Amino acid sequence: MSALTGTPKLVVTDRSGVERTIDGEDGLSVMEIIRNAGAEEPFALCGGSCSCATCHVHVDPAFAQAIPGIAGDENDVLDGSSHRGETSRLACQIVFRDELSGLRVRIAPAD
Amino acid sequence: MLNRNFDVLIVGSGHGGAQTAIALRQSGFGGTIAIVSAEDDLPYERPPLSKDYLSGDRPFERILIRPATFWRDKDIAMLLGRRVVSVDPQAHVAALSDNSPLFYRTLVWAAGGVARRLACTGGDLAGVHSVRTRADVDRLMRELDRVTRVVVVGGGYIGLEAAAILTQLGKRVTLLEAAPRVLARVAGEPLSRFYEEEHRARGVDLRVGVEVACLEGRDGAVRRVRLADGQAIDCEMVIVGIGIAPAVAPLLAAGAAGSDGVDVDEYCRTSLPDILAVGDCAAHVNTFAGGKRIRLESVQNANDQAAVAARSIVGALRPYDAAPWFWSNQYDLRLQTVGLSAGHDATVIRGDMASRSFSVVYLKNRRVVALDCVNSTKDYAQGRALVAARAAVPPDQLADTSRPLKEFAAEAAI
Repeated sequence: MSALTGTPKLVVTDRSGVERTIDGEDGLSVMEIIRNAGAEEPFALCGGSCSCATCHVHVDPAFAQAIPGIAGDENDVLDGSSHRGETSRLACQIVFRDELSGLRVRIAPAD
Repeated sequence: MLNRNFDVLIVGSGHGGAQTAIALRQSGFGGTIAIVSAEDDLPYERPPLSKDYLSGDRPFERILIRPATFWRDKDIAMLLGRRVVSVDPQAHVAALSDNSPLFYRTLVWAAGGVARRLACTGGDLAGVHSVRTRADVDRLMRELDRVTRVVVVGGGYIGLEAAAILTQLGKRVTLLEAAPRVLARVAGEPLSRFYEEEHRARGVDLRVGVEVACLEGRDGAVRRVRLADGQAIDCEMVIVGIGIAPAVAPLLAAGAAGSDGVDVDEYCRTSLPDILAVGDCAAHVNTFAGGKRIRLESVQNANDQAAVAARSIVGALRPYDAAPWFWSNQYDLRLQTVGLSAGHDATVIRGDMASRSFSVVYLKNRRVVALDCVNSTKDYAQGRALVAARAAVPPDQLADTSRPLKEFAAEAAI
């Protein structure tokens, strides 16, 4: 696997089902990385303040263990979504790290 | 050469203007789009200006709504540093300050507002700042090294957030509010008193019910704030957070209905043909305000009205009926609000305010109209359904923190 060499990657599936591989950046949130890559949809409207759930993503279960656990506030916001799944997260609360290269997330439908 | 003909011309590059363009492209709109803005910067998030941009924790690149490449890729023209000064609705022309014309099929007015300045003597001295644009805050930040004492005029969210950041940066902060309490326009008294005490505990000299008489300076720079009772407060910087004046003069001059802002219908259409308006400047009838015509100065309103306006433009009409939400960060306190509390006739406190994690539930005619949740995201997330349903819940039950709010939401739905 080339996950540990070259630019780290993030694989994003948008709400219409289109998959894109974009460059990750260590230290930025997954939300910022997706937004910087030019999200076409209403996304992260609150700018990462854990208030709007528009950056709700489903994380590929293969990576669910690799990313730090969910915080209480994030859990509470996701609870309000009717699209919550087993691996739901707010992308603004996941800090991307080089070792997460290859991370796959799917943007959840809008509530 | 500057292209001057656009299918959609958006005036204003804030959240409302930017999101209108994004939503149009997402819906497949293939016409030409331009955003014209008096500001020089690409669209950026405004809330961090009084929060983590002011503190230096988030650089400008990290508050951009989209990267520069996005606007190019989506073929959205950015006409920055240009001000629209008049509109001719019949000819479909917007004129810039150099009198040059921009032609449009549809105009979306998303110009927001201009920070109100102190009308008193000295309001124009150097060292007196607003917190509305990136340029405002950059100017302010450039002076901060030479400043030890700051007077913040205005106890709304902008003033309180700025006071919190400046205190954390080690400045001696005095906050002056003319009303008997801070946040008087947007929150109930319990929340006002809570924030007043928090700021005082952090060292802010917070005074309510005080009137500024004038600002006094030396060599053109502010040195003192003089109060109406004669007291003086020495300072090297004044931050004025006393609200905005909606920037709608060109539309009203062209005959648009409106007074405080420009009036829009539920599809964000003004009374002028092919001119819509969104965001802080759009006076709309809001069901969460009991059907009153209001302006809402929030990211939520800007984004949701932008979505409505984009649909109106492509002919897929959908009325605006989104529940208001809002947030404010001060120190380690995260306030999250859902609904509108103005006009409430009762409040219920959920939780212990001394624990710094609680909610204020606002009722009107015994129905839940809003919640202010401090470090209480669970109530914020679950309270949304109560506000949406205007749920009737007995106050003693709302105060019972052993019962999560979603229980009441489920009951209200029956």
